Amino acid sequence: MSYSHALRCRECGREYPLDPIFSCEFCFGPLEVAYDYEAIAANTTRESIEAGPTTLWRYANLLPCDVDYKVDIGTGFTPLIKADRLAKAVGLDTLWVKNDTVNPTWSFKDRVVSVAIARARQFGFEAMACASTGNLANSVAAHSAAAGMDCFVFIPDDLEQGKVVGSGIYDPTLVMIEGSYDDVNRLCTEVASVRPWAFVNINVRPYYAEGSRTLGFEIAEQLGWRTPDHVVSPMASGSLYTKIWKGFQEFHKVGLIDEPKTRMSGAQAAGCSPIATAYEAGTLNFVPQKPNTIARSLAIGNPADGYYALKTMEETKGGAEMVTDDEIVEGIKLLAETEGIFAETAGGVTVACLKKMVESGHIARDEESVAVITGGGLKTIEAVADKVSEPLRIPARLEDFDSALAARDERVLTPAGA
Amino acid sequence: MAAKHVRLTFEGEQVKRPLIYELGHQFNVVTNIRMADVGQTTGWVILEVEGDDDEIEKALAWAREQGARVDEATLGDVVEG
Repeated sequence: MSYSHALRCRECGREYPLDPIFSCEFCFGPLEVAYDYEAIAANTTRESIEAGPTTLWRYANLLPCDVDYKVDIGTGFTPLIKADRLAKAVGLDTLWVKNDTVNPTWSFKDRVVSVAIARARQFGFEAMACASTGNLANSVAAHSAAAGMDCFVFIPDDLEQGKVVGSGIYDPTLVMIEGSYDDVNRLCTEVASVRPWAFVNINVRPYYAEGSRTLGFEIAEQLGWRTPDHVVSPMASGSLYTKIWKGFQEFHKVGLIDEPKTRMSGAQAAGCSPIATAYEAGTLNFVPQKPNTIARSLAIGNPADGYYALKTMEETKGGAEMVTDDEIVEGIKLLAETEGIFAETAGGVTVACLKKMVESGHIARDEESVAVITGGGLKTIEAVADKVSEPLRIPARLEDFDSALAARDERVLTPAGA
Repeated sequence: MAAKHVRLTFEGEQVKRPLIYELGHQFNVVTNIRMADVGQTTGWVILEVEGDDDEIEKALAWAREQGARVDEATLGDVVEG
């Protein structure tokens, strides 16, 4: 059963019933799910969680939906990998990679959508919808297909092919919108206000966002019921980043772990960095930006949780960093070449920002750190297609292979211009 | 009569200007500040603007021309990654 009992305004604290609403009528603040933590604590132990399924549904007591309505395509409990080679490359003693590229639609969005669709079914909605630059669209389309629900997915008209096909294969109504990001935002807000659909990041957003806490739960459980010194997470709307921290705090609140002392740091692309820019300027008021970056999954110019992300940085003595598109590509390659994990552009942002934060001294060498890798690289193959090493093209003869290999070794040993 | 909720974002010198006052005098709309956080160099205001549709649009277009950023008062971008 769910121990959620109300929606509460994050600004003025007013409470509302658990309905498909997302903002406070009084002050327009965002609504967040409120839980009965005493009841959760009384009914949840490390052992009860460990005996649960190897998906995010092992944390059902902490989710804002009835487990009977779940659409389980295997999301969550993804590997936490000790990344010794990447640690050495960036200059850390201990680094872990939380590998969310292995979710069913290859991104962490399966976590939020799992919760959103369960709650939507519980409300009685018959159709799901979202506006997305790719990952969310893929996940909503997949979960809707598995649930047999109608699905409406709105995407900008200039997305990477992998992300378009990655939604289309589940046969939703795929709407490709011509125009700027602002146009897509405006149209989808209008559609959401007149259609009786569960728009995952609008009218069921308070429930949807809670799914990200499971990343925090898993990191703590997989580290042996404790939290790391530092977490580096990508930031788009800022929701994931704040919810990982909330997950740590809640695990402590229900008695599963000691008080978390983790420093939370966020990673953004320089081409869309409203939160990191505000952090650098020392203000909690971010200025919306027009995105221009290869990291399309982080291209949120007006981040819904930007203010709360900046508050979390302040509270945890964390910080934020931003990197250029070239640095993002180098980050993707570094993660792949050291740990065998092929991440999409957001993963490149995380790794490149982590490296920069170690170099600047923001993260100390002896801080045990976790890098959150949120999506798989085959979705954004265009970003690195011309940056990988050329294959050795040869006729099918052993002597040609030997000579091609010798020529390759010579090139490596004698770089051009040497 | 219609009502629209928008988020105005100000930067730099814009912060000092009484833009909402001017908007209410130049156009036939009623303005109502519902939430705000204004500092010395940046600030934002969630503003309820009431009036005829055309007049609201004209007023908001004018605010944009004056250098304020005007967004729908959703809780941020609807499009996600």
